[in-house]
Amino acid sequence: MRAAVLGASQGMGRAVARRLAQRGDQVFVLGIEPEQLEKSAKDLEVISGQPVGWVECDLLRPETFGPALDRAEEALGGLDTVVITAAIFASQERLEEDTELLRNMLLANFTNTVLLCEEVRRRLLARGGGTLCVFSSVAGDRGRKPVVLYGATKGGLSKYLEGLDHRFRSQGLVTICVKPGFVKTGMTAGLKPPPFAGEPEDVARRVVRAIDRGKPLIYVPPPWRFVMMIIRCLPRFVMRRIKF
Amino acid sequence: MADERLSENLERITREATLTRGLGRSYGDASLPHASGARIANSVLANRLISFNLETGALRAEAGLSLQSLKEIFLPRGWFTPVTPGTQFVTLGGMVASDVHGKNQHVEGDFGHHVRWIRLRLGSGEIVECSETVEPELFFATIGGMGLTGHILEVEIQMQRVESPWIWQRRERIHDVAITLRRLREAGEQWPFTVAWLDLLADGRDFGRGALMCGRWATRAEATKPLSLQVKRRAVPVDVPGIVLNRRAMRLFNAVQFKWSQRDSEGLEHPETFFYPLDKLLDWNRMYGKWGFIQHQAVIPCDDSIEPALQYFDLIRTLEVPVYLCVLKDCAHEGRGTISFPLQGYTFALDLPFRPDATQRAVDRLNEFVIENGGRIYLTKDGHTRAEHLRAMDPRLDGFNELRRRWDPEGRIRSALSVRLLGDTP
Repeated sequence: MRAAVLGASQGMGRAVARRLAQRGDQVFVLGIEPEQLEKSAKDLEVISGQPVGWVECDLLRPETFGPALDRAEEALGGLDTVVITAAIFASQERLEEDTELLRNMLLANFTNTVLLCEEVRRRLLARGGGTLCVFSSVAGDRGRKPVVLYGATKGGLSKYLEGLDHRFRSQGLVTICVKPGFVKTGMTAGLKPPPFAGEPEDVARRVVRAIDRGKPLIYVPPPWRFVMMIIRCLPRFVMRRIKF
Repeated sequence: MADERLSENLERITREATLTRGLGRSYGDASLPHASGARIANSVLANRLISFNLETGALRAEAGLSLQSLKEIFLPRGWFTPVTPGTQFVTLGGMVASDVHGKNQHVEGDFGHHVRWIRLRLGSGEIVECSETVEPELFFATIGGMGLTGHILEVEIQMQRVESPWIWQRRERIHDVAITLRRLREAGEQWPFTVAWLDLLADGRDFGRGALMCGRWATRAEATKPLSLQVKRRAVPVDVPGIVLNRRAMRLFNAVQFKWSQRDSEGLEHPETFFYPLDKLLDWNRMYGKWGFIQHQAVIPCDDSIEPALQYFDLIRTLEVPVYLCVLKDCAHEGRGTISFPLQGYTFALDLPFRPDATQRAVDRLNEFVIENGGRIYLTKDGHTRAEHLRAMDPRLDGFNELRRRWDPEGRIRSALSVRLLGDTP
């Protein structure tokens, strides 16, 4: 596998990149903060024993997408898998107060993620197919009080990924939508972990398995599939009352 | 509640922090903040490898790297740490700060004996590097220094080649305390890993029955099976109600353990089972109920005679709280750290259920014995020792505090443990 991972310097993206490197896949690191990218690439080099490249690619700057993918293709000698874990997260309260942050979150998590996916789609289809694995969230499964705004972007993204898989799988483009529940990473630091909170390493193991098998949708950790199934069935008058 | 920060960028989050913690497996208050609301850093996301030299085996990594990840990455390639504690859910930084030891203390010493270089952020905010030759005082104070000399950011250790990832294990059942003590020493002459487990709840003749486990890395010829490191772990979902945890139930549990460890056996053992038997049961501490348990580990110096160790067993027998589990190890090397735990002698790790007052009295009695016999306690496992007791057993503390002040004149770096035992301001 020759995979570019956007978000590979943090949390779940880094865990996925590590897992791929550990079993001998070629990995290319995309993300923000050059110093962190370099450290993460070095880590992957020590793990895999082969050189790992990196370049900046920022969801808030769509002009970085094309050049970043060019660099990844060049370094890997072709690209067959793209994993996108990057996104912006903030609490509902902060997003309600800070319009600038809200605009960035909406842009990064939906509009620009879709633009990037479209760029990847064109490239993968041109070479006869490949895998696009994107991290959405359980927050997109139902409109809920604590994730009204964040959940809206993820709901849209999930629908886009579902459609993409329906439209292009026959042409060789496999689209995988990952819906993490609560996972203990820097993004969720400071929040109280609910039951079924996951570890990034465990998520990575399941995600890599889903990539290998071409599963279009996975929930991680798995119990979240059932939690969300119940949440989706709850009538509105209940949703208005509960805090979840 | 503490204000705990978690990030890949450990340098950033340690800037304002008073303490850095890792996976929090120390049993006492070593990884807890000095005061409610204090800002502390958590290192577990900063777990990247920096370099590995295939020829020399020198590994440099960020402090949050867990022993579990390290094992998964390096054991299949024939490398492992020369020293491992009894759980893999610890970080590199934590292993340095606790100067952990393992079943091979009598051969390899502590983890600190294999640390080559440390990069840390001092209380003053400055980032420095130290080793045996560069800033040696800071280096040795940091080994076993309970994270109180600064925030450990990166560490370089010496790894060891292993011929196979399997362990060749030998088990012996032993019925007597004195024989266990002697056999442990004898076995140490042939086996790099030795440990004994004793049942101190049994009455009369059965008191102190147990099992001696010896091991070494299996040779390539012995290791006939491929090793899977994908281990099935189960979690204890709830706290076991206190009523189940009485002396009688634990006695039964120990008796079953003893019967199961039937006869003597020898053969191939999975490293996970050999080194980390408890890691298969996540949150196993919940078995001890809501009140939980405490651990007390002390080293009792014994040169040629086993007499002091036997007296310690006699004392344990008369404690007002039952000792559910006793793990015995042989120590041969004094630690390199300024306040490292190990000394030449036997170490006793005891599990005691927590009962208000009674547990404190038990710990006091154990510590009084340790003081009289020139022993030491392991701070990583301690939560109940009195400051005056520690002072009486360890004359090195003033020197250690002096060194700390030199790098941290304002006394910024603190923990609940340093407030309790080292006189830091809360």
